[in-house]
Amino acid sequence: MRKLALFTLLTAAVGAAQAFCGFYVGKADAQLFNDASQVIVVRDGDKTVVSMLNDYQGELKEFALVVPVPTVLQKGQVNVGEKAIFDRLDAYSAPRLAEYYDPNPCEARLERRRNEAAMAPVPATAPAPLGKSLGVTVEASYTVGEYDIVILSATQSDGLETWLKREGYRIPANSAKALAPYIRQNMKFFVAKVNLAEQAKTGFQMLRPLQFAYESEKYMLPIRLGMANARGPQDLIIYMLTKNGRVETSNYRTVKLPANMDLPVFLKQGNEFRNFYKAMFGEQAKKEGYRAVFTEYFWDMGWCDPCAADPLSPEELRKAGVFWVNNPAAAASPPALPSQGRMMPMPGAQPVMLTRLHVRYTPETFPEDLMFQETKDRQNFQTRYVLRHPAKIEADACPEARAYLDGVQKRQEAEAQQLATLTGGDISTIRSKIPLLPVPPAPPAKAWWEGLWGSTNGK
Amino acid sequence: MLRWTGGDARFFQIVFQAVLLTVGVLLRDFSLLPWQMGLALLAAAATQAFWLRVFRLKNVGYLSPLITACGLSLLLRADTLWAHPLLACLAISSKFLLRVRGKHVFNPANFGVGLALLIVPGTWVSPGQWGNDLGIALWLVALGATVAGRAGRNDAAWLFLASFLGLLLLRLLYLGHSVPRIWEILCHQSLNGALLLFAFFMISDPMTLPDHPRARHLHVVLVALLAFVWQFLFYRPNGALWALLFLAPLVPLWDAIWPAKRYIWSENRTLHNKCCVAR
Repeated sequence: MRKLALFTLLTAAVGAAQAFCGFYVGKADAQLFNDASQVIVVRDGDKTVVSMLNDYQGELKEFALVVPVPTVLQKGQVNVGEKAIFDRLDAYSAPRLAEYYDPNPCEARLERRRNEAAMAPVPATAPAPLGKSLGVTVEASYTVGEYDIVILSATQSDGLETWLKREGYRIPANSAKALAPYIRQNMKFFVAKVNLAEQAKTGFQMLRPLQFAYESEKYMLPIRLGMANARGPQDLIIYMLTKNGRVETSNYRTVKLPANMDLPVFLKQGNEFRNFYKAMFGEQAKKEGYRAVFTEYFWDMGWCDPCAADPLSPEELRKAGVFWVNNPAAAASPPALPSQGRMMPMPGAQPVMLTRLHVRYTPETFPEDLMFQETKDRQNFQTRYVLRHPAKIEADACPEARAYLDGVQKRQEAEAQQLATLTGGDISTIRSKIPLLPVPPAPPAKAWWEGLWGSTNGK
Repeated sequence: MLRWTGGDARFFQIVFQAVLLTVGVLLRDFSLLPWQMGLALLAAAATQAFWLRVFRLKNVGYLSPLITACGLSLLLRADTLWAHPLLACLAISSKFLLRVRGKHVFNPANFGVGLALLIVPGTWVSPGQWGNDLGIALWLVALGATVAGRAGRNDAAWLFLASFLGLLLLRLLYLGHSVPRIWEILCHQSLNGALLLFAFFMISDPMTLPDHPRARHLHVVLVALLAFVWQFLFYRPNGALWALLFLAPLVPLWDAIWPAKRYIWSENRTLHNKCCVAR
């Protein structure tokens, strides 16, 4: 439910975005929008599995998708996946809150060593976002799940545009120009539309994600095609699943989002955390001039701390396209753990590295498609924010109370400042949301010279 | 000040690299720990001292290890503390051990980074770390051209950039991009801080380039060509770094075909107080 709310929220914030790796094209004049785009890229060597989830809202019969792909994809290389896998990855890697409770300074006095702050991770919802004469050859044509798919190769962009139009696809203006570089790179075009009869059989309300498996030296996502008629910045969340280390973009700056700082405890209430994260991401993206890709999470999927959600099971990982994980159902013998054989404290966890990247881009600031590289970096990173709940005590409860409350007040001010800086928010609004603790009475202000001469002065 | 430094280009290089490191760490989110840098500097200096003793070399200062340690810190990222000092040590050693006719084959920082990417776990290079910011690019060019100019190797830096970007332009034209897009992509690529840093602080190293201008120009164009092929035909990152590393063994050949007067740092000509500068 929370997630749903968040989606709506981002929809409003992001506005009308286009598809990330291609464009959605309609057969009628309906305005088609694809809002929050998510993609899973699994890669080891040149072997790649890409899963694309779109948030298509229009009529199913109007849906069509064009994606440049490096090779001609045979039927077995295409699969219809489950949206649930995206939800699982999202929940697992979502920005999270960690809460700590201050020990009561009065009790601590008696029992200083007891009671380390209990840590309770809040599975905070992710901002999931946050024809021949034309030079066109149909290389393959098949139906997978609810999709009718054709793989096209083309020799000229005008021909491809004409072919698509002749077949009834309403493609954006300037498409030929946008398509040309992909044709010259000898890329093929994956064109999918919904087979309504098949779709009815599935019983699903929404379109399920499409998955492709292929081998290519290109570790990239073709985001440029989706910009053909983009309006305003677009958001894309990429889940990179690799064997060895963190993934970053090689032709743009990759930046870790500010994380692991103390923030006001009111963020726990209602939508505050989601609002905070959305505002913070927006502010950071703006600060970077929409020229950077942000890392939101990097962790070996064998474990997590704190866990926003359980790590994915081997079965779920395979569904996400992680081909090097043994399928326990298929294996008769106990599943041999792939590669490194690291310690896996969490049951069901697999040695798979997850990098979650979030990019907000505009056609001007991202002139090239995203190119990636897998690094050998294994330092965990997560967008985790800490809430420290003050102990509820009176100022005169014990001698330590005043100093403690004084400290809490300073801390709360620092947290408020931090929040204002991160989100570009108004400090007084933030302060007004912070519950006031019983303020220890301030000692009466003395002039600097009072007491300078001692108490005998004037006598 | 110039007189004091003897006009040695490396003095400028150290100062500018230190400035860039500071800017990078403070403003560009470099994941570089001060300890990694400190240990790299120490290891580089200690290795230099060791080999100077072994080979009984006199009148050689400590500018070169400082530059190598700074260069490694600028380029290389690691998730351990030992990678930087180890590579600094290997890089400096390569300078003393991998020599042909008295000239070291590899640029030490380039050698260190290549070795790291090939065999050292937990190390990587972030080619996008500087971003594509006009302001930073201008500073890089201004500082870099000063250093390369002092070493008399500005020609190498500019020729490399011109060749690499020229090839890129041809590719963009071939791919059929529209003119505005070509301009955008070309700007994006040419403002890449890592590329500029490579051009002005690495390939323009006079000690590892051929001495004869003709040979030098040929070599630089070959490096640009291989970098381009690596990056845009094979779609692998860090093309320039690999190209310089792989083609370095050709330099002795060029020097044999086109002999010319060997480059000598001014420090090693005038000597004496230069070690004090380094310290």
